[in-house]
Amino acid sequence: MNNNFKLLYKLSIIIIAILATLIISSAILLVLGANVPKTFYTICIMPLTKMGHLTEVLIRAIPLCVIALGVSIAYRSGIINIGAEGQMAIGVLSFTAIALSFPELPKPILLPFALLMSVLGGALWGFIPGILKAKLNVSELLSTVMLNYIAAQFYSFCLRIVMLDPAEKVNGSGTPQSMRLTSNIELTRLAGRLHTGIFIALVLAVLVYLLMWKTTYGFKMRASGAQSRAARYGGINVTWYVIFSMILSGAFAGLAGGMEIAGVHRRAIEGVTNNYGFSAVVVALFGGLHPAGIVPASFFFALLIYGATLAPRAVNVPANIVQVMQGLIIIVIVTTQMVLSNAYLEDKVYRMIVKNKKEVK
Amino acid sequence: MDILINILAMTVPFSVALLLASLGEMFNQRAGVFNLGCEGVMAIGAFIGMLIPFMIGGGGQVPLYWNVVGLVVASLVGAIFGLFFGVVCVSFRAPQGIAGIGLQMFGVGIAGTLFRHFVGGTQSIPGLPSAPIPFLSKIPVLGEILFSHNIMVYLSFLFVPVAYYILFKTSWGLKVRAVGTHPRAADSMGINVNRTRYEALMVGGALAGLAGAYLSICQAKMFSDELIAGRGFIAVALVYFGHWNPVQIMLGALLFSLTQTIQYNVQGLGLSLPYEFFVMLPYVVVVIVLSFTSRNQRTAPTALGKSFNREIRT
Amino acid sequence: MENKIKSLSMEHVVKRFPGVLACDDICLNVEEGEILALVGENGAGKTTLMNVLMGIYQQDEGKILINGQEVRFRGPEDAFKIGLGMVHQQYMLVPNMSVVENVALGYKKAWKKLKLDLNMVREQVIEVSKHYGLAVNPDAYIWQLSVGEQQRVELVKTLCLGAKFLILDEPTSALTPQETDELIELLKNMKNELSIIFISHKLNEVKALSDNVTILRHGKVVFSGLTKDYTSAQIATLMTGHEVKLPENKEEDLHGSPALEIKELCVKSDMGFLALNNLNLTINSGEIVGLAGVSGNGQRELAEAINGLRGVESGEINFFSVDLANKSSHYVISQGMGYIPEERNIEGIVPSFSIKENLILKDYEDEKFAKYHFLKNKAIVENADKLIEDYDVRCPGLLTSAGSLSGGNIQKVILAREMTRKPKFLIAVYPTRGLDLGAIEFIHRELLRIRREGIGILLISEELDEIINLSDRVAVIYKGQIQKVLPHTEANRRSLGILMAGVKDEQ
Repeated sequence: MNNNFKLLYKLSIIIIAILATLIISSAILLVLGANVPKTFYTICIMPLTKMGHLTEVLIRAIPLCVIALGVSIAYRSGIINIGAEGQMAIGVLSFTAIALSFPELPKPILLPFALLMSVLGGALWGFIPGILKAKLNVSELLSTVMLNYIAAQFYSFCLRIVMLDPAEKVNGSGTPQSMRLTSNIELTRLAGRLHTGIFIALVLAVLVYLLMWKTTYGFKMRASGAQSRAARYGGINVTWYVIFSMILSGAFAGLAGGMEIAGVHRRAIEGVTNNYGFSAVVVALFGGLHPAGIVPASFFFALLIYGATLAPRAVNVPANIVQVMQGLIIIVIVTTQMVLSNAYLEDKVYRMIVKNKKEVK
Repeated sequence: MDILINILAMTVPFSVALLLASLGEMFNQRAGVFNLGCEGVMAIGAFIGMLIPFMIGGGGQVPLYWNVVGLVVASLVGAIFGLFFGVVCVSFRAPQGIAGIGLQMFGVGIAGTLFRHFVGGTQSIPGLPSAPIPFLSKIPVLGEILFSHNIMVYLSFLFVPVAYYILFKTSWGLKVRAVGTHPRAADSMGINVNRTRYEALMVGGALAGLAGAYLSICQAKMFSDELIAGRGFIAVALVYFGHWNPVQIMLGALLFSLTQTIQYNVQGLGLSLPYEFFVMLPYVVVVIVLSFTSRNQRTAPTALGKSFNREIRT
Repeated sequence: MENKIKSLSMEHVVKRFPGVLACDDICLNVEEGEILALVGENGAGKTTLMNVLMGIYQQDEGKILINGQEVRFRGPEDAFKIGLGMVHQQYMLVPNMSVVENVALGYKKAWKKLKLDLNMVREQVIEVSKHYGLAVNPDAYIWQLSVGEQQRVELVKTLCLGAKFLILDEPTSALTPQETDELIELLKNMKNELSIIFISHKLNEVKALSDNVTILRHGKVVFSGLTKDYTSAQIATLMTGHEVKLPENKEEDLHGSPALEIKELCVKSDMGFLALNNLNLTINSGEIVGLAGVSGNGQRELAEAINGLRGVESGEINFFSVDLANKSSHYVISQGMGYIPEERNIEGIVPSFSIKENLILKDYEDEKFAKYHFLKNKAIVENADKLIEDYDVRCPGLLTSAGSLSGGNIQKVILAREMTRKPKFLIAVYPTRGLDLGAIEFIHRELLRIRREGIGILLISEELDEIINLSDRVAVIYKGQIQKVLPHTEANRRSLGILMAGVKDEQ
């Protein structure tokens, strides 16, 4: 079996996977009675055609990228973080709390300070499932989901009562949101709503690469996450690194939350997390859990997410379709990974082809 | 005192969805597969359960049997999703945790998409009527708590001893338990490990679909994105601290529903905290209970979470 | 109705796995009332061949003939129907079910529509147990039974399911020498009713029990003949293809001072009971102490406790005057302890990491390999190149994932890593399990070389020959205590066998 065969084999598996995703998505669209090619165009291509759309895509790519980087750190360290929704929400609250408490501080102090607090807030919310897993063996899949719901309620409470915009109390339109924050917490806008946070995201990607593959900490984290006891037997404190990776993961999600407020909304509102926490998991997987893959993957999924918001008006397809596709993509990716690593199947296919070639001759 | 009876009386029907979903999850976990997509399957079951009576009656009264059809079809669709999950995790051996999350997103997404497209808005249906048991429901206190509910409630609780019997007294239950504890031993005895796991997943999926349909037809009598509210995940957690045992799972389901019903009786209890804290309560309780029970899980099916491959040479 | 199996043949059977030809054109034949020994080194293809015979694997080519008729097994149930039964090396018993439930898994007659008829199965178990003299308690749970008892259950199970032809895979690997003798007697008595194939690499058993012997090497049959015509030594030579001469410890006593002193050590097992019960043992520098004992008497817990991987209830682990009890694995490593763990694939290496990364698995903080916590790739690569050459690790390159190497090469990587750290002591747990003779020879030579350098070694092994050959002294562990420590002049199969069975003094 030579390298050419191996490459072709792997490529064909990936192509089959992509086709399977497209076919299943199309089937669902047909059930909705939608125009399949037009729907794919709306979701994937249309946002790229106008500058206004493009900046909206990039805005969404920023939190996706940041959160996915955090998710990949945890995943590589052996723990799956689906609690980014909650961690992001706590990050938003922390940022807003600081912004509301110290509106007089100059921007070079207030903005970093508020962002730092969003980092700490998210880190705290990530610490909880981390320590529960490390010390009490609580499945992080369950604890993070529960914490998402808890954070969501707490967020709603804060917006409705503690941080409620005084103007709301007076005019009473009933929207739970904080006051418009002062301009000294804003991340400068570049074009449309696109803000300087994009640079932060890219710098983080580089930092994550250095951390995981070039430092001893990354070495230890990857060893801890590698599904074997060898890390522990080698003297690595796996328990601590599981916790540490969840703290980092939560910190990234919290930062993403702070950046959303600083760059996009400039106030704490409902729905700010916008399912980014879950989408980031798909982004991380799609990007191969590596910064080099996550950056383009976050752009791709931001495209899908934004495109899906155009779908109801353009092709009468509900925006939820993007969630369907995300779930489908997760399933397809993990299944494909198993098929690709199945050496037995590769062997069988090779033999079948060789046999056929012989018969033809 | 009245408020207490009220709470308990509400707890019983409120626990049905959780009970059914967990019993289903118990079967597939006993066979070695945990399905985090339970929430997604419940969502689809809820949507389908509501869709059928709605399509027939447009929100008004429909003959009783259409509700039953809704429940049955939801179960069948749930079984199909269980089958699909089997293809992914049993045949392809994908990691169960993340695949389950994928299934959950897929299921919730499909339910939401189809709902918006075919129904839209907040439509409600009359649902299943209450069916108090003639003599027993007149008993003071107990009558109201236990015997004044709709027929699905009675059937669901009756299913608990049935589930126990299936698991411990039938040959299928023996196969399921063997396959989840020592699949290699079962395989060497000629038991088709993968097929047994498929069967367990289909049972689990059917029950999850039924649970979802119960929520939309019998409890809330409508469908919305927030209907399931994490019950699917709580059901998975319940199996852990019910120690994979039907009776303990039933007790756990009642306990959790209690924390949910408190939310609706806040005024009666004279508590003046913001309502969010009560909505939070069940989830907090889950985390706390998980913290205490996850440590020493000696009763767990030993092969839970691990895929089976006969060809791997040890 | 099943007929007696008068003859069984496998003809030109081929079985492939990715990258490996496990069975290469194998032919074998067993007639009525015969016992065939299937012999070969680890990895020769014996278990795979028997799995094909039992229908667990499907052969890629070739056929199986029973009583002259070709049969195709789609799965184990077809093999059962014909009357084949197998007792695997790792027992196929569900631990939290009773004996009766385990037999019921295969006893389809009891699978009635709505109920499982366990009473029918229980009666059958009792009957078979009486007939063959295999005492078992039908309602006991498997986890309550000892290894020897579990084996009896496996035999009863296969006989209940109607076996007329028995296949036994390494039946004595977990038994004491005395239990082994009992089993051999039992099997000899069964010869009248059944034919038997048994797999073994223990040649004394082969000589004692079998009529015929077939030898496999690298998946091929290299020899087939009557057992009585050949000596053990001749069979061994045929097994490996060359004269077998494993290194023996004929070194002089180095009179080293105590390196590791274990005093009154009490350690709990995972199940909660005491795995080590006031264990005492002292090992000096420059000596090899072999720890003999049937697997499951506390060996794993001892190795883990010393290396900081398991907590200690009471007692001391004195390592050059430092107490290691309840310290972290990191601390123990920093004190100079070397460790070759039992399961090399998941405890010794990180399979998905490359060879170069595995070689620094304990040294990444060292200033040689990291500066300000940043890894120095150049130094890591140089280190890997040198070690791969020194230890002759066969691999495509240092970036290959360690998990894809063969067992022997993985062990070399582990050994290379441990030795370059210049440990003060080495604990080796089942270091040659599953390896072929070439690799075993290498490991044994290395251990003797390490001993010569004045490093003490605790060798935990289930191969009595290995322990007898290499050790200066032999300690026998039984139910968490050291029964006795024998100097190697007094250590032989008989004396060790008695101690391993729990008899303290043979007066």
